[in-house]
Amino acid sequence: MGSGNFDFAICIGGAAGQGIATPGNSLAQLFVRRGVHMNAYNAFQSIIRGGHIFLTLRVSDREVLTHGDVMDLLLCLDQGTMDRHLRNLGDGAPVLFNSDTIQPGEASADVQLCGLPVAELSDNTRNKLVQNTVALGAIMALLRMDFDDLGTGLAAQFERKGQAVVDENVGVARAGYEYALANFKPLDVQVPSGSKPLAVWTGNDALAMGGAAAGVKFYAAYPMSPATGVLHWMASNARNLGIMVRQVEDEIGVANMTVGAAHTGCRAMCATSGGGFALMTEAIGMAGMMETPAVFIDVQRAGPSTGVPTKTEQGDLWQALGASQGDFERLIVAPTDALDAFNTIPEIFNLADKYQCPGIVISDLLISEGTYSVDPDLLDMHPKIDRGELITEPSSTDGYKRYKNTESGISPRALPGLEGYVHIVATDEHDEDSVLISDEFTNPLKRRMMVEKRARKFEQTTQDIAPPQLKGPEDADVTLIGWGSTDGVITEAIEQLNAKGVTANHLQIKWIVPFHSEAVSEILSGAKQTIIVENNFTGQFARYLRSETGFSADGHIRKYDGEPFMPHHVTDGVLAQLAGKVKQYVPLQEVIV
Amino acid sequence: MCAATTVAEGDPAVELTAKDYKGQVEPDWCPGCGDFGVLRALQTACADLGIPPHDILTVSGIGCSSNLPGYFNANGMHTLHGRALAVATGAKLGNHELNVVVTGGDGDGYGIGGNHFTHTARRNIDLTYLVMNNQIYGLTTGQISPTSALDMKTKSTPFGSVEAPINPLTSAIMNGATFVARGYSGDPKHLAELVKSAIQHKGFALIDIFSPCPTWNHDNDFSFFKPRIKPLDQEAHDSGDWKSACEKALVWGDTIYTGIFLQLKDKPTLEQLEPVLKEGGPLAQRPLGLSEKQADRLIKRMM
Repeated sequence: MGSGNFDFAICIGGAAGQGIATPGNSLAQLFVRRGVHMNAYNAFQSIIRGGHIFLTLRVSDREVLTHGDVMDLLLCLDQGTMDRHLRNLGDGAPVLFNSDTIQPGEASADVQLCGLPVAELSDNTRNKLVQNTVALGAIMALLRMDFDDLGTGLAAQFERKGQAVVDENVGVARAGYEYALANFKPLDVQVPSGSKPLAVWTGNDALAMGGAAAGVKFYAAYPMSPATGVLHWMASNARNLGIMVRQVEDEIGVANMTVGAAHTGCRAMCATSGGGFALMTEAIGMAGMMETPAVFIDVQRAGPSTGVPTKTEQGDLWQALGASQGDFERLIVAPTDALDAFNTIPEIFNLADKYQCPGIVISDLLISEGTYSVDPDLLDMHPKIDRGELITEPSSTDGYKRYKNTESGISPRALPGLEGYVHIVATDEHDEDSVLISDEFTNPLKRRMMVEKRARKFEQTTQDIAPPQLKGPEDADVTLIGWGSTDGVITEAIEQLNAKGVTANHLQIKWIVPFHSEAVSEILSGAKQTIIVENNFTGQFARYLRSETGFSADGHIRKYDGEPFMPHHVTDGVLAQLAGKVKQYVPLQEVIV
Repeated sequence: MCAATTVAEGDPAVELTAKDYKGQVEPDWCPGCGDFGVLRALQTACADLGIPPHDILTVSGIGCSSNLPGYFNANGMHTLHGRALAVATGAKLGNHELNVVVTGGDGDGYGIGGNHFTHTARRNIDLTYLVMNNQIYGLTTGQISPTSALDMKTKSTPFGSVEAPINPLTSAIMNGATFVARGYSGDPKHLAELVKSAIQHKGFALIDIFSPCPTWNHDNDFSFFKPRIKPLDQEAHDSGDWKSACEKALVWGDTIYTGIFLQLKDKPTLEQLEPVLKEGGPLAQRPLGLSEKQADRLIKRMM
């Protein structure tokens, strides 16, 4: 963020298959080990080889909320990166490239072109990835960092491949480091050291680990970007944690198995993206009708249909609200960042268990596939687990009614296998004792009773959720409203606005259902000017806010090109609207990837 | 009580009769429906095996035959059209000590649920799947099903069907099912024996059951089947031989075989192959949350 002492964005571009991940990971490890915070966004396409991949690794002595606005250093692994991004640089930023194979384009006067004669430095033409290691060494020199920090990291990274490989990699990295010291102008930065090493995770890791902490025992999935990371985390930890992880035939199977496992008493979860979620919806309705607690995660990507599989969007809000036929309640939450996603999973499981209903978590590619540093001390690995009114002890008396019409609407839930509690659950409308009311004759009074019983459960849910809070001064010039993953970018935009003399406050919505309509209305009634920021075309949240509160915002900032907002996109949109130029601002994505 | 200990026939500790499995409500199937015989056979089989109702979970989809859980005294899940096998798979993995019996019709299992049928068979999960095959869609008032004969005239094929039917038995064999049988609702005694064998079988067990629909399918009624049905045990047939099983399953004309076509006893089940189930009992009964050691290991992996 702008006001930190150290705030630096390293960008690495190349084709898929050129090994971008390796220098990216090496650099990330270098920073987080010394306690420097990190936020990495990888822009890529649905392709395994070729195309254009662009990694932005932003590091700071403060928590890094977004991948930022600027490129402070560019490493080009191919000519395409040079051609696409040279024009995005300024202010003395260095551009590193293999001068054997890449021609520099025309740069603005301030840009420092740093060609690396890779063949000469490495004396190695066998390995095409060697240019990455040479460049890593050069980056260390440009950042005035100690070479040993990198050397130690590389030695650890290649240890398993033997001493010869370690020596080769450390050697070429050192050659790059020394060449840069001799030929390039080091940057005017001082890379800090934090008090302790930080951990690294992705948003998908956070969702999966949140499930593990919540006690998930069953996880099923069909691979789908950008949700696949949850499956990978679950699969790699399944045996250690005793979690049944299954990859199954389709998302219909995934969701139905999840409900089946949940019915026996497991905490059960699944994750997918919008297309898979569409297939899951009938089973979500089943969980609503059978009153089975289970959690379904939709990691949104740009739609509709197959859409842009590797790009982000907040386009599935109404799909979540309308998932499955019929009139029933479900919990819906949109976490605001990776740490929040981690904490949200145990929270929604407790509520789903308490209210015996489906819970839907809306993430997106930005949160889920982003890589972040996190302070391990902030991770609550043993969150509260509350299973609600669950019967676990056998009984010698009969007469159990699974759907007892109680005052709260919550009927104590017994698990199958328990003596004295033999019972049936059904997707047909049923009586308190599970007998289908569509058998022989339907009974309007019973039907009404059961609809009201299920609905009554939800009259209490808002009390379990903290109302959203307004951040910033109450009398600000403008109130920015966002939901889910836009929390970080709005926070940074407000800092930029403050620097320009504009005061702004911020209302971020996480819980969609239940929704604190009264608290939100109260907050917004005091706002001078309101702008809703969201990553879609039609203003899905604006419409939802209007439906729940009657409130219509004064203006909108929307982005639907597949790339997430950068802070200045929001800042520019606010300034344009305060100047009275537009009611709806659509920022231009300058970095084309 | 662990179901695995009750599957042995004639457990002296439990004295149960078919009446103990009578559900809360009387079946609302049409008079003469083949499904009555299937319900009776299942009740007899469970009583003979001495499995207490609380150790059984029936799972069904949607359709006339999928109403069975309501007419049967045990835990039950009356789920979505075509999804019974998927729900049952989740339930079995959640609590593998339950005896999970899946019931449904030909449209439910071989049509809308066809994808799950394929994959459940190859997984060899320990489920018993009873398909009441009446070669018609009954609850939607008479349209062709995936097992309807070529040329069959129904409300959706008034000039005769031009699609060939699926063969559920050869499909199941090819997909990797380890117990594949055919029953006939008109011979409930034979059917009860088949159901017992299917429940006792470790792995995915399919019984495709001719369960005639007296209301909508007048081509394949009891009078059609009665002269044609021939139990396989009257023939020389090795149920360990999949090729012979397929040959017998394809016989369709004056003779139609019933009985166990294929049974492979040595193939491990999904539950046996899954390391997470090796010890610790049913997942649904294990403590929730992470141990200190597990939590430390997870954080260490992030550093």
